[in-house]
Amino acid sequence: MPGARRGNPVAAPSGPRALSFDQRLAAGLFVLLALLPLLSRGIASSYLLLVGERLVIFAIAALSLELLIGAGGLVSFGHAAFLGIGAYAAGIVASHGHGSLAIALPAALAASAAFALMTGAIAVRTRGVYFIMITLAFAQMAFFIATSLAPYGGDDGLTWPTRTQVLGRPILKDQLTFFYVCLTLLIATYLGVGRLIASRFGRVLRGLKDNETRMQAIGFRPYFYRLTAYVIAGTLCGLAGFLLGNQAEFVSPAYMHWQRSGELIIMVLLGGTGTLYGPMLGALALLLLEEALSRLTEHWKVMLGPALVLIALFASGGIAGAIAAWRRRRRTPARLAHTLPRVARHLFGVGLKASRCWRREGRRLLLRPAHRLRRGAQAARAACEPAKTALGRALEALPPLAERAVKTTVVRWWRR
Amino acid sequence: MSASLFVVQLFNGLQLGLLLFLVAAGLTLVFGVMDFINLAHGVQYMLGAYLAVMAYGFTGNFFLSVLLALLASLLFGLVLELLVFRHLYGRDHLEQVLATFGIIMLLNQGVKLLWGAAPLNMPIPDLLSGSVPLLEGLRYPVYRFAIIGAGVLVAAGLYLFVTSTRVGMLVRAGATNAAMVSALGVDIKRLFTVVFGFGAMLAGFAGVMVAPILSVEPGMGDQILILAFVVIVIGGIGSIRGAFLAAVLVGVIDTLGRSFTTDVLRFFLSPTTARVIGPALASMSIYLLMAVVLAIRPAGLFPAKGRA
Repeated sequence: MPGARRGNPVAAPSGPRALSFDQRLAAGLFVLLALLPLLSRGIASSYLLLVGERLVIFAIAALSLELLIGAGGLVSFGHAAFLGIGAYAAGIVASHGHGSLAIALPAALAASAAFALMTGAIAVRTRGVYFIMITLAFAQMAFFIATSLAPYGGDDGLTWPTRTQVLGRPILKDQLTFFYVCLTLLIATYLGVGRLIASRFGRVLRGLKDNETRMQAIGFRPYFYRLTAYVIAGTLCGLAGFLLGNQAEFVSPAYMHWQRSGELIIMVLLGGTGTLYGPMLGALALLLLEEALSRLTEHWKVMLGPALVLIALFASGGIAGAIAAWRRRRRTPARLAHTLPRVARHLFGVGLKASRCWRREGRRLLLRPAHRLRRGAQAARAACEPAKTALGRALEALPPLAERAVKTTVVRWWRR
Repeated sequence: MSASLFVVQLFNGLQLGLLLFLVAAGLTLVFGVMDFINLAHGVQYMLGAYLAVMAYGFTGNFFLSVLLALLASLLFGLVLELLVFRHLYGRDHLEQVLATFGIIMLLNQGVKLLWGAAPLNMPIPDLLSGSVPLLEGLRYPVYRFAIIGAGVLVAAGLYLFVTSTRVGMLVRAGATNAAMVSALGVDIKRLFTVVFGFGAMLAGFAGVMVAPILSVEPGMGDQILILAFVVIVIGGIGSIRGAFLAAVLVGVIDTLGRSFTTDVLRFFLSPTTARVIGPALASMSIYLLMAVVLAIRPAGLFPAKGRA
């Protein structure tokens, strides 16, 4: 079959292309995000939109990191540096009066790409823990350079004179437009990264992650593939930084703080590596969790911290892993589908019996208080009886699942 | 740039280096023996300082509170190991990063919750207060000498422990090839626990030592954690000797860099440019050092792992 070897192992079969489960999930996510402004019309409009913009922007950043971690096996602990560099480059250009898209965006992308190329050239030579540490070190360098940029705000950060202008007009100033621009870029990033990972380049990258020696033996040079991936990921994250700076019309060294890099890693892990929807969901989940917890208490980190520990201990696949496991165990929903109607029927029966009982005995109960109590107790017991059996049956049907889940968790915990 | 200032800064650098070594020693062993990334090591340093302040509040005696804080740090390290870290050995580095990052969040905020966000202080004991003349017109605080002395003592003790005791031998063997040590019938899990508790205690000790001279505040462990990572990466993961040399190197370069870079740059550049570039270059100096070392020797100066 000519051309069969060029067939794409990840993409769906040819013909009218069916979307895979992952792609459908991502598409659903995009649709939900696209509908967000409708929701925000009703409630606190601009606030919700602001949160939505942050979600989308960080989803782009998480996707770019996923390209490194998931496909390349390169755990970068300095990815937030690109956020800052993208925002700083555009902001500095803008502060010199070149705030138009035609200059600011290329400046942001070029600056992040250049930084990625320079640092990657050294970092990619190392492996494992050393890679983690050297990317951290480079991000720290960028952080300290930013703090000492006295003409551009130094420690305090740089306030952009204006949002990036498109063709001399402040189109991005409009919240709704900006949101949809971000969302469009997220979808473009998703498609682009997906194609990249599925391409020959991506396959080489994944092969290098699995077995570098073998890849070398069949003639690939790991260095250039990894460096290219690093530069692409850095540039994409620079794009996210450009958007982030635009959103706040401000950039500060805090964008590049090492804890921010840690948060990016957490987003990818929380969502689950190895899929593209995972990191996006992870970004959403972490930001929403932060948002919700910080409304609950000032000390929300006390709650988020242990949650992360528990996730690392018990749910190492992240959200994507949980979804995959759920899909593997189709029996669970099947059982639920079997159990729920039965429970509902029983509960309905209980209600019917109780109402009949009340109609039969009700008047007499109301008339004679002493008798009423006794009959009431009897009626209650009678009403309870079917409820008890219903509950019993429901419990009978549910527990093997719950029990097994608890047992395996506990056993796993102790065996470790 | 007088000679006396240079000497003072040299001593300050040495002191920072020894403190870094105390933190990095535990980190490099945990890293080397168990292949475990412990981001929470800096928090243990912070906790040491807080425990010392708390113990001082109870007892009012510096040396007693040092002892109490050490014991508490050890205990805390063991509890953390038992509850969390034990279950993460041999797992992906990513999960270790996630879990220990969570612990950083919890403890940094927990400390804020318990003791408040304001920095705390601990007085220097009378015995170690005052200063000694070093050169003409130059005095150096006794307490800082005490830190240097304690650091050197602990370093020497650690060296003896690692090179000439049975447990130390197992630790070295574990850093080289943990699976082989386990195959030879050593209870590697118990060894891990011991190393971990010990490392936590060393980090706590560093925290206790700086409690009187630095302000004790939430997040004080983060900065030293990153420095300690730089140290162990430069020194070579798993190597105590490498950690010691790299720690002193980093401490001295960082301190001297911060005080003299701007002055040195003034010889080559205009004063304004020097003032702008100087501080940035100074804070970057150790990361530059690390990048250079890794570019030349990707596994650090004294790699402990046997090359496969």
